[in-house]
Amino acid sequence: MAGGTNIPSIEAVCDGVRSRQSSAVELVERSLARIASLEPKLNCLHETLKEHALDRAARIDAAIARGEHVGSLAGVPIVVKDNIATSYGTTTCGSRILENFRSPYDATAIERLEREGAIVVGKANCDEFAMGSSTENSAWGPTRNPWDTSRVPGGSSGGSAAAVAAGYAPAALGSDTGGSIRQPAAHCGVVGVKPSYGRVSRYGLVAFGSSLDQIGPFAHSVRDAALVLQAIAGFDPRDSTTAEIDVPDYLAEIDRPVEGLRIGLPRRFTSPDNDPAVNKAVLDAADEYARLGATIVEDIDLPLTDHGISTYYVIAPAEASSNLARFDGIRYGHRAELAPDEDLFDLYARSRAEGFGPEVQRRIMLGTYVLSSGYYDAYYKRALQVRRLIKQEFDAAFAKCHAILGPTAPTPAFPLGGKADPLSMYLCDVYTVNANIAGICALSLPGGFAEVEDQLLPIGIQLQCRAFDEPTLFRVARMFEAAHLQDRLACPVA
Amino acid sequence: MPEPLSTAQVEHVAKLARLRLAAEQVERYRGQLSSILDHIAALGALDLDDIEPLAHPHDMTNRLGDDIPTPPMPLEALLRNAPAVEGPFLAVPKVLDEGGG
Repeated sequence: MAGGTNIPSIEAVCDGVRSRQSSAVELVERSLARIASLEPKLNCLHETLKEHALDRAARIDAAIARGEHVGSLAGVPIVVKDNIATSYGTTTCGSRILENFRSPYDATAIERLEREGAIVVGKANCDEFAMGSSTENSAWGPTRNPWDTSRVPGGSSGGSAAAVAAGYAPAALGSDTGGSIRQPAAHCGVVGVKPSYGRVSRYGLVAFGSSLDQIGPFAHSVRDAALVLQAIAGFDPRDSTTAEIDVPDYLAEIDRPVEGLRIGLPRRFTSPDNDPAVNKAVLDAADEYARLGATIVEDIDLPLTDHGISTYYVIAPAEASSNLARFDGIRYGHRAELAPDEDLFDLYARSRAEGFGPEVQRRIMLGTYVLSSGYYDAYYKRALQVRRLIKQEFDAAFAKCHAILGPTAPTPAFPLGGKADPLSMYLCDVYTVNANIAGICALSLPGGFAEVEDQLLPIGIQLQCRAFDEPTLFRVARMFEAAHLQDRLACPVA
Repeated sequence: MPEPLSTAQVEHVAKLARLRLAAEQVERYRGQLSSILDHIAALGALDLDDIEPLAHPHDMTNRLGDDIPTPPMPLEALLRNAPAVEGPFLAVPKVLDEGGG
């Protein structure tokens, strides 16, 4: 069922529900059956919301029977990363510190999905507080890659990406702070979009790096991803960092090729440090765009690319150390049992040490250090200065091209346990962090396969466009997809 | 290239971060954080004179909302996640000494 070109579009699925050829209940039942058969193997979800989903599906079918208006996602099952608040089920962020946390409210993105008739069927496993690139940092165990269950799905939104690849749902939500949507999309052979900073409300997204975080969609096709982003994008008075810029109709011209398209291909993006299959996929994609009439612009350079990781691993932990200070064992979350001689400091320090896993502790420590007296200028201020230079580099590049093409990740999915050293894990994000640093939009789409130990592993190619230029991003991606959708293979799981 | 972190520095940071770490955790994080800081030290080689820091990708400034009261979330929904409650209050260990602080 999953993978290949035989997957119906979300629009077709909704048309079926609206015209009562199928029903929302049928779609949800099919989704729940798929989840039940594959969860023991994959662990994509922390929680399956069976009752909630069936109840909502019945209501949507009843509304259709009464002739009421249902939205653009009527009856569509959706998987949601477990760091996005839902007023039903739990919202744990993959962390023991939030093991039983039940959000009192829905994230704006959830409200908007539901307004369009979507049905949340499960909360997806993720790296704890979205910190990681493999989904191995979850307190609830790793998610496995549906293409090869000995490998990671990428992260931190690995559960969302793997769930779409494995056919749990036609779409999922993830969050992307430094590549956490695009890299797992690449490793699982699906489309993943990091919208421009400020495009989607962060209200109800548990904060990691507040100047970097964005919620975005996973789907099988660019058009499906655009449809989901359409539903969730836009100004929200509850998130003062959302942009007061109208959301264009992403689907209106999505199938119209960009005339006089100029694709930027920085030479350093096909570095010899990348897996050869990754470089081949990127160069093949450039050839395809050239065949489609695009000019390939090699005369652009993003020399600070390699400094992106250093910049990111100052800014993101700094913001995380501040954001995660709220987990103190007082108002919600895990609280340590105190001995009679222990005081409030012990309550904070022991609750946090017991509740947070090692990667989260490491990033809190790193962030606390770079913000501490005597180091702030050397690390945090410097990183913010480099951030401005990185943004300026993108501005200069986009003066010469519509979109920048490159790899999403330097390698295909790696084996579980394959990156035990934290720094080697951080380097997975070398091609993705800069879009977050600069606030531009980017997506990963399937661009080919690598043959590794007789297994075919998906490879993602990344496109990056100016901030708030999602219409161009989708059109450019759609041009490649239209020419290559038939090359997609069915995901081999089950 | 920065000096590796000392054990005392890591213990100090753990205290600032409100994390009660065992000695072997301190030692493990000391090595890992030192190697990450070593990588980050590459930023030190860049010429950043006269470059304004950029804290936010779109150079936004604070936006003030209209002062319109809205109904609060129900107390019950907020307290259901609390580790300890007494009536409508969060229960915490005693903070002040006898007779106030």
